[in-house]
Amino acid sequence: MNFNSKLLKDLVKTYGPSSNENDIRDFIIKEIENYVDEIKIDALGNLVAHKKGNGKKIMISSHMDQIGLMVIDIDKSGFLRFVNIGGISPYVTLSQKVLFENGTVGVVYSEPVDDMSKLKLENMYIDIGAFSKEEAEKMVNIGDICIYYNGFDENDNIVFTPYLDDRVGCFIAIESIKTIDTPKNDLFFVFSVQEEVGLRGAKTAAYGVNPDVGIALDVTSHGDTPKAKKYAIGLDKGAAIKVKDNSIICHPKVREQLVKIAKENNIPYQMEVLEFGGTDSGAIHLTKEGVPSGVISIPTRYVHSTIEMASKKDITNCKELLVRFLNSNLELF
Amino acid sequence: MLLKLLTESSGVSGNEKEVRDLIMDEIRGYSDSIKIDRLGNIIAYKKGLNSSQKLMITAHMDEVGLLITDIDSSGLLKFITVGGIDKRILVSKSVHVGKDKVYGVIGAKPIHLQKKKEWINALDMDDLYIDIGATSKEDAEKYVNIGDYASFQSDYIEFGDNLIKAKALDNRVGCSLLIDLIKEIKDISFYAVFTVMEEVGLVGAGPAAYEVNPDMAIVLEGTLCYEMPNMDSHLMPTQIGKGPAISLADRTTVYNPQFRKRIEEIAKSNQIPYQYRKSSMGGNDSGKIHTAKTGSITTCISVPCRYIHSPNSVMSIKDYENTQKLLRAILTEYGKGVL
Repeated sequence: MNFNSKLLKDLVKTYGPSSNENDIRDFIIKEIENYVDEIKIDALGNLVAHKKGNGKKIMISSHMDQIGLMVIDIDKSGFLRFVNIGGISPYVTLSQKVLFENGTVGVVYSEPVDDMSKLKLENMYIDIGAFSKEEAEKMVNIGDICIYYNGFDENDNIVFTPYLDDRVGCFIAIESIKTIDTPKNDLFFVFSVQEEVGLRGAKTAAYGVNPDVGIALDVTSHGDTPKAKKYAIGLDKGAAIKVKDNSIICHPKVREQLVKIAKENNIPYQMEVLEFGGTDSGAIHLTKEGVPSGVISIPTRYVHSTIEMASKKDITNCKELLVRFLNSNLELF
Repeated sequence: MLLKLLTESSGVSGNEKEVRDLIMDEIRGYSDSIKIDRLGNIIAYKKGLNSSQKLMITAHMDEVGLLITDIDSSGLLKFITVGGIDKRILVSKSVHVGKDKVYGVIGAKPIHLQKKKEWINALDMDDLYIDIGATSKEDAEKYVNIGDYASFQSDYIEFGDNLIKAKALDNRVGCSLLIDLIKEIKDISFYAVFTVMEEVGLVGAGPAAYEVNPDMAIVLEGTLCYEMPNMDSHLMPTQIGKGPAISLADRTTVYNPQFRKRIEEIAKSNQIPYQYRKSSMGGNDSGKIHTAKTGSITTCISVPCRYIHSPNSVMSIKDYENTQKLLRAILTEYGKGVL
């Protein structure tokens, strides 16, 4: 299988927590600038890449931001206190290494707790190895955001790394941009900001693009691990076509078109009915007078942990499905 | 004094008229254009010499309060809360009901008649009523209708070391700061927006931002302040007397870091003390403003207010003055085109 591990590895390793997406945006611009007609950045920092075609105006959104920890206080001994940016679990975060934009590395630990079930972020701290407030302030400022610092690993089947959410969506979008030579439809690839704090970037990007159809690319959960909560999505079983989550009931015509294309091209797929969570399509479909929208999801284990895992075949199938969808005749409405 | 007039006016969310009229009278002579939109927001424009980026400065006019839901046979009023109110602070407080500001007291069963176990729990909304001194339902109906609003009755008092206690400092303090700016600033263009219904879900700000379509916005607030001895400093959202609080992130916005750092720079170069708003709880109009249309960058600057959302909140005059200085300095930089 021809899987561009290097690109995915570079994407998950590039810094870009919600509201501070400069580095990851620059990285993506370099990857795609020779393959698109126009690149714009809006006020919130969304990257909007236009690949011109004559058909329907389609917005393809993958969010480039990632969850992180924001420093709110530095004590006199140089310990940092923080709040979550996006969905951060105290249990996942305990004893993790974290990385700041300027390269400063820290570790997260907690005050002594008698009952681990009561672990809260407000009782935890980041230790950057500074021995005073003054020393700490040379490395970190209040308001700085750090991200999980953990390695990328892979085997023939899977990749596991922090931040597949949603750099794997960015990966699929970039690979699709490079694959599609002459677009049949008018394509706006959006690498959105601030999804993890409430689909904020997609909202303003969709207003600016004003698409006919919206597609989000994002990770979804799994139901295929020991005693997992019942959920009909598993790794290596194909691209997931979303029916609903907490932010959207996907437009039936978009969903049906995705299924039709998957069937016609023998692309393995699975239907996703998610009872929680949301993604950029939730914001896109409510834009202006409404935008029929759907989602292609990448089945992923351990979402929002430092070891998110996805299947290379699924990722490739998601990309295949997206490319064929974008090149299809979308006389849906 | 303006802040006294503002805090002693009633303006519970959805019923901001009294405050809006007061603000309109204050700013009419100082604005180049002024309108009230369909939701009741005031949108004023000051025309200056600069015309690069569109700046909008906002403060919400509304306050938390009560809404009358029923009048019982004895003439007592039942009510619900409007906006976030801790029900434990309600009992025995004075209120003004309706347009005519009928005086009332929030009553409850006296302690003598309560069973021991009733002492332990806060009185529920069902156990509370407003007594306006009416003798019967018919008598009460002469003064009050179902659907009338009630606001806390609380005098503006200056006390202690440069402190003020009043109701509705959240966010008449922001309104006062914005009125001062409108009156003082000359030759710098900006939109001044006084919004409605912030306390019930940032309702007014979205449509106002949709109309103004700013490039950048400054949200002025009275924000939570809680500082007790032996508390870890990271758990204190703000501290009184330590200057304007600049927001980092809350439930509605992760504030643009470049804009925030620029404002910190301006504070430093003008020797104005400032602090960070450390809590990520709560939210404000910025949430709707920065995501309106194609988006804008926002910052939130607040005066710390102890005992917020109660009839007696407390702020420091020094914090007010330092916030005022910071705003003037920001506007000066903006006027030079270097914000």
